[in-house]
Amino acid sequence: MEDDGILKEFLVESYEGLGRLDQEFVLLEKETGNRALIASIFRTIHTIKGTCGFLGLPKLESVAHGGEDVLSMMRDGKMPVTPEGVTILLEAVDTIKEILSHIESKGSEPAQDYNSILQKLKTLISNESGSQETSASSVEPSGVRRKEKGILDAESSKQRADASVEGKAPKALPLEGATQAPANESGSQETSASSVEPSGVRSQEESKAVMSQNRGLVSAESSIRVDVGLLDKLMNLVGELVLARNQLLQRVREEDNAVYAGTAQRMNLITTELQDAVMKTRMQPILNVWEKFPRLVRDLAKTNGKEVELVMDGAETELDKTLLEAIKDPLTHIVRNSVDHGIETPDMRRARGKGPKGMLNLKAYHEGGQINIEIGDDGNGIDIEKVKRKAIEKGLVSAEAVSRMSEREALNLIFLPGLSTAEKVTNVSGRGVGMDVVRTNIEKIGGTVEMTSRLGQGTSLRIKIPLTLAIIPALMVAAGKELFAIPQASLLELVRVDPESGGRIEVIHDASFYRLRGTLLPILYLNRLLCLEEGRGTLQCAPTETSNTSIVVLKAGERPFGLVVDAVNNSEEIVVKPLSRQLKGLSVFAGATIMGDGRVALILDVQGVAKEGGFLQSKAGETKLTLEDSTEDGSGIEHHTLILFSASGNDRFAVPLALVDRLEEFYLNRVEQAAGRDIIQYRGGLLPLIRLDRILGIDSPDQNREMLPTIVFSGKKKNVGLVVDRILDIVEAESVLHPPPPGKTGVAGSLVIEGMTTDLLNIDQVIEGVEPGWMEEARV
Amino acid sequence: MSLQSSDKQIKHISRGEDRRQSDLGPIGGFEKRSATADRRHENNRQYATFFLDDHFLGVEVEKVQEILNVQDMTRVPLAPPVIAGLINLRGHIVTAIDLRTRLGFPSRPPGLWTKSLVVLTMDGPVDLLVDQIGDVIEVLPDLFESAPETLDEQFGSVIDGVYKLKERLLLALNIDSIVQVAG
Repeated sequence: MEDDGILKEFLVESYEGLGRLDQEFVLLEKETGNRALIASIFRTIHTIKGTCGFLGLPKLESVAHGGEDVLSMMRDGKMPVTPEGVTILLEAVDTIKEILSHIESKGSEPAQDYNSILQKLKTLISNESGSQETSASSVEPSGVRRKEKGILDAESSKQRADASVEGKAPKALPLEGATQAPANESGSQETSASSVEPSGVRSQEESKAVMSQNRGLVSAESSIRVDVGLLDKLMNLVGELVLARNQLLQRVREEDNAVYAGTAQRMNLITTELQDAVMKTRMQPILNVWEKFPRLVRDLAKTNGKEVELVMDGAETELDKTLLEAIKDPLTHIVRNSVDHGIETPDMRRARGKGPKGMLNLKAYHEGGQINIEIGDDGNGIDIEKVKRKAIEKGLVSAEAVSRMSEREALNLIFLPGLSTAEKVTNVSGRGVGMDVVRTNIEKIGGTVEMTSRLGQGTSLRIKIPLTLAIIPALMVAAGKELFAIPQASLLELVRVDPESGGRIEVIHDASFYRLRGTLLPILYLNRLLCLEEGRGTLQCAPTETSNTSIVVLKAGERPFGLVVDAVNNSEEIVVKPLSRQLKGLSVFAGATIMGDGRVALILDVQGVAKEGGFLQSKAGETKLTLEDSTEDGSGIEHHTLILFSASGNDRFAVPLALVDRLEEFYLNRVEQAAGRDIIQYRGGLLPLIRLDRILGIDSPDQNREMLPTIVFSGKKKNVGLVVDRILDIVEAESVLHPPPPGKTGVAGSLVIEGMTTDLLNIDQVIEGVEPGWMEEARV
Repeated sequence: MSLQSSDKQIKHISRGEDRRQSDLGPIGGFEKRSATADRRHENNRQYATFFLDDHFLGVEVEKVQEILNVQDMTRVPLAPPVIAGLINLRGHIVTAIDLRTRLGFPSRPPGLWTKSLVVLTMDGPVDLLVDQIGDVIEVLPDLFESAPETLDEQFGSVIDGVYKLKERLLLALNIDSIVQVAG
């Protein structure tokens, strides 16, 4: 019994150490001279070895010992740290893990022998000490030969073959025969092994008993492992406790008993804290998934003869355990794909003018109430034409459908089941079951996958997981009697309008504005938006400002807006829960949460609020209004994110970015003529093209160009593309709008941006001239 | 929503098939019925019943998770009137549907609503506000008749049919269509 305890402790300790080892080894390869690192690795292995002897685990001890010998030479500088050396050492670590897991599940060391790895370690040492002829090689030359060939697969299958032989005859004698057997033969032995292998020695009952005894032996990387089911149960129980507490508090308030009140108050606080703590137990940093990647990438790169540098950013980003589990496999797959297919061999990279080392970036962060995970490489990129061809070839889509696809849509074909563009099927990827599974898994947890790729420059994938389940910081605000949560991610600042110092909300027509540092900030009233102002009669255009008004400045898309709330409460970490299907249509809410007191509060979807308030929908009309405002106001100050472009040569035009739907590049040869207009097939519809140069009657840009940079504007029903010469930049501009010279249509005025005069296009007018009816449409 | 949802759906689909089979019972011929006579007992269905504006309604008992007193509820602005609000059910947020509004009954006189029924749907639990809870009763499939065509459409679409009990009619609600409320 006591032995069990020691063994358990040993396992936990060893796993902890080994978890670190993978990363340390990979690091060691980069910093070969890092003595401290070697010493740390040495200590871990040494500890394992030492305890082994104490517990009577000879096989484990011998492997650890072998590794220790090599490491001690490296530490003492008698042996250089080479990639080959590290590979063998990693193999030894794997072997140690294998033995440990066997001990964990079966309670004893595995029956098989580990001569091959021992041999490799020995060879490493003997090679170094210059006395190749001595001892080891004479005993088992096969080990050396194999190593020279460098066939790793043969190595592992040999190990398995060993096991099979072992299972049949408990003596280790036929080992030599097995190793010398040709590959195909050892393969057949391997298959027979699977039937013999499991617990051949022990009786069924015995092993079962050991299993149940050792169930508690499950060890953990950092602390302890808890069944998620148990955490769920805890969470539910805490929920019940909260409800009971609420009832208790209510009772106490009625009773008016000071003694009870004090106790109840304490219980109140403890319950809240408990709830908080239990919720957080489910959160884990994404590092838990990522920490396996350095080794994975290293091994893959090695086998493929590539050099890959893995950069991880935001590893501390916390995710709910369930989500973490769900994204583990998809992420692993994507990383594998990147190394296997994405990043090129050093030679090829050099030929393409890139550094020999491929970059693989992992990035995780919270944004807009979502968790974003980006995986980007600077490798091959995806050949869209090839994807299209493959998809047609395999009959997944029709050629006609493909011809109508935008680049983006075509890229998405890669997510179709059965499509793989890998020329050759490797053992890691290219079997055509990859990306569709990735997408399915991500979508199962309500996430999305987006892919962008540029041929020859790399591929990047962005996974967005909704904050469902996740804990986010949020600001609690009140409107009417209700409380709402606003995700901090979309919060820019809080403004208190103090009438005494001259602050006020100004009204133009039906729209409200607040002057925030000289800029007009459009204002929405949360209570009006949600129709919470019952019984107050008709809407007052000018709000009564007897007391201070709180404005929450929020960011929706490109521009900020202010949301007037009745009160700003505290900021809280909230657990986001999805709304039921019946309420999914309400774009104003992103979900709901349970507050400390057990009440349910709705979480505002800032984008949805802006839309509901008319900020995003009628973009065109909205900006027009602000344009008029600013001139009326006399200040003439414009503050916009503008997209700068040229129509021909050196001229400069600008359009507010908020009006722009997308930026596209079209092939000139895809432009067709219909009813005397230029038209292009775009996203399953027809997109009329407006040539800005023709409208403004200026010189046509180079007619020979292949690509037409186009700004797409979207109206209620139709889209219009504005063909320009060049897209220059996107700028945050704050400058005075000078009225246009009389007679110049399509231009709202001139701005000075970055020291250059820029014409602000009146895009509605421009489009109206070509597409009559646009203005009405945009304004509806 | 959750990883389990697909399993649940499968379960429900198979349940749906069961129901369809038993629905066929009374419509089918005489012989068919006698052939199933010995299985009749196990075909009996149990309904959790409740009252709503003088109507007697029931939900298959295995779809009822629990019965609650009506508690504090968070209103959902801009939601259709059918949505009464959100409740905190031991840490789960459950949408409450005002069954009176859903079925087109006159809205509840103030102070009357007392109970609610948490039912399991394909998308998780949903709370149904009712006037009063009745007993769990067992009904014979023979007494079943599919919804009369003369029923108004809003009503007819959400009930599976009617059990002609001796004392009164029991309207068997179809939970999955009840919760089909456009958001």
